[in-house]
Amino acid sequence: MLKYIIKRILMLIPVLIGVSIIVFLIMRVFSPDPAPIVLGQHATQQAAEAWRQANGLNDPIYLQYFHYLKGAITGDLGTSYYTKIPVTKEILTRFPATIELAIVAIVLASLFGILIGVISAVKKNSIFDNAGMLLALIGVSMPIFWLGILLIIFFSGLIHWFPSNGRINPLLEPIHVTGFYLIDSLMTGDMSAFKDALQHIILPASALAMYSMAIITRMTRSSMLDTLQQDYIRTARAKGIGEGRVIVRHALRNGLIPIITVIGLQLGSLLGGAVLTETVFSWPGIGAYTVACILKSDFPVVQGVVLLVATIFVLVNLLVDVIYAFLDPRIKYSGKEV
Amino acid sequence: MLLEVKNLSTEFKLKRGIVKAVDDISFTIDKGEILAIVGESGSGKSVTSLSIMGLLQKPGRIASGEILFKSQDLNKLSKNELKKIRGNHISMIFQEPMTSLNPVWRIKDQIMESIMTHMQISKKQALARTIEMLDTVGIPSAAQRANDYPHQMSGGMRQRVMTAMALACEPELLIADEPTTALDVTIQAQILELLYRMREKFNMAVLLITHDLGVVSEAADRVIVMYCGKIMEEAEVRSLFTRPLHPYTVGLLQSIPQIDDDSEKRLYMIKGMVPNPLNMPQGCPFSDRCDHSMERCSKEMPELKDISGHKVRCFLYQSESITCGGITATSASAGAKGCKKANSCEDSVFGHKAGFSLCEEAVEGGSGEK
Ligand SMILES: Nc1ncnc2c1ncn2[C@@H]1O[C@H](COP(=O)(O)OP(=O)(O)O)[C@@H](O)[C@H]1O
Ligand code: SF4
Ligand SMILES: [Mg+2]
Repeated sequence: MLKYIIKRILMLIPVLIGVSIIVFLIMRVFSPDPAPIVLGQHATQQAAEAWRQANGLNDPIYLQYFHYLKGAITGDLGTSYYTKIPVTKEILTRFPATIELAIVAIVLASLFGILIGVISAVKKNSIFDNAGMLLALIGVSMPIFWLGILLIIFFSGLIHWFPSNGRINPLLEPIHVTGFYLIDSLMTGDMSAFKDALQHIILPASALAMYSMAIITRMTRSSMLDTLQQDYIRTARAKGIGEGRVIVRHALRNGLIPIITVIGLQLGSLLGGAVLTETVFSWPGIGAYTVACILKSDFPVVQGVVLLVATIFVLVNLLVDVIYAFLDPRIKYSGKEV
Repeated sequence: MLLEVKNLSTEFKLKRGIVKAVDDISFTIDKGEILAIVGESGSGKSVTSLSIMGLLQKPGRIASGEILFKSQDLNKLSKNELKKIRGNHISMIFQEPMTSLNPVWRIKDQIMESIMTHMQISKKQALARTIEMLDTVGIPSAAQRANDYPHQMSGGMRQRVMTAMALACEPELLIADEPTTALDVTIQAQILELLYRMREKFNMAVLLITHDLGVVSEAADRVIVMYCGKIMEEAEVRSLFTRPLHPYTVGLLQSIPQIDDDSEKRLYMIKGMVPNPLNMPQGCPFSDRCDHSMERCSKEMPELKDISGHKVRCFLYQSESITCGGITATSASAGAKGCKKANSCEDSVFGHKAGFSLCEEAVEGGSGEK
């Protein structure tokens, strides 16, 4: 198993090289020249030329990539054309906000998705099932930004339960340890910061979670409908154990395998949805920032973010595979199977 | 009387109509007795056992009847009361050993779950009992194998595990629904032997369900022959094998393969197919396949008639004058497949497959079909 995990992590290297080549080419072929954007519209031709020269943009592309790769290996992903701040630092200051949002969203989506899915399957064709499936239908059809705006109008505008933008009241910001405010505030025992951070994250996380929750609900329902028909469920009932135990310990435990797959996939798509959510809720994360950087042709930042996201994708997939092996004793990984 | 099933009817409400999977059946099982239910696939054997266990799934439901277990109607118990009986006083083994165990739990966990549900004992004691049970059902190095997952075991081993699980709480009644059907012939014999041994050891009653009369001859005390949800014949094993009355039973007996049969003749098959449950023939359900079908057979339903403890549902035996000795007389008059040499071959026949060929000869004389 350990051998398998190590192999999979080593596989990350070719993946990252491939991804970096693609994003490198796309940026340079399809993005407008950054020089006039950085220097302003009134900059002279010479100034622009000098800027390009200084930033290595006049070199042949393969040389540019080679330099980039050399830096990347030593942990240097370059500096932003605009802020002149190292890309790693730019990412580190914004990334925790996005990850925190995505994790809260996936936890919400999984909890409610599995709960509603199980109830729908157990009470198939009942009013609960119909209500659950209607909710799932709404969830997959509703665009995130629209749902976000509705949530803001209702929960912030009308009944004032939750704030509509930002991560936290700046006056309450907790001491930075991990960059995750919910964790930092708990670690430092700062309950007022925790409460405020929680209130801030609920609306954007809900908006972001909705689509994934709908997908997880549907998958849970169909997976449970399948496992509930299995012979071993009949055996469990014949043993005289309670129905709740039959559903959770016997049916759900088996049905979880495809559900985990979907949760893994959704975690990836959440990062995409985060871009819209962050925009609607003015969430200081990496999504909205990256979009701005793409529009401004800030090559190093975009490349850095893409590499990071690719790494996360690969690691989440690996995590899902490892969870499989824990859930299903029939799955055994050896180093050879990669 | 341990179990008394009275006029049980179980039906499935489908869009295309109502399927009467079990139609007004009654039988009893005494303490320590092995009662076999035999019948082709689709005759309602599994539905009968699931009805007793209270494990019917929608759209199935018990339409009428009583299931008295120690004089208590299981059908009237609440879910909670029924749970205390299932797996504890009445257990069940299923036909599909490969899929009846939960693939994600170790077998010891699955057996311990049953024990700890019904017995007030510690986890350690439950584990000890689990290993003891696995040992009893003949699993070698039980303490180690207890840690296996089902996929690490063969079908025969899994059926042993199922048996250990079913017997863990020492039930008074074990329902075994085709416990050997999915297994190899050699393994089949072992599992039957095991059931027989367990019956002796725990003095429990067994409801043995099978489509294989060969299995019955080896294990059962009494036999019920079911067809299309109805009881066609019921008798002591000895009586059924030596003097099968119902044409369907005779057909079933003739289709048992003979190991020591050196003649080249092909295996007998009852002609035709089990009727579509949504489109039952009028009258006797066997009428469209029966060689002795008479005019009234396709109009009226014969009653289940008790002839000195041997019950049969067939017009061949419906006349009032028939007594035990009259069976041969009827077979002569109506040309029934009842074994004419029954009395002479009776002793050599019982329990030995070899014996059937003797009887078959006799039957052949009557039917002249092959
Ligand atoms: N889940 C079900 N839905 C509809 N009909 C069923 C179902 N289960 C059983 N039946 C009906 O009951 C009849 C008897 O089935 P069963 O008891 O399984 O037969 P067997 O004697 O082979 O065990 C079948 O012919 C079928 O028509
Ligand atoms: S009642 Fe008639 S059709 Fe039915 S088994 Fe007897 S002889 Fe055959
Ligand atoms: Mg069956």
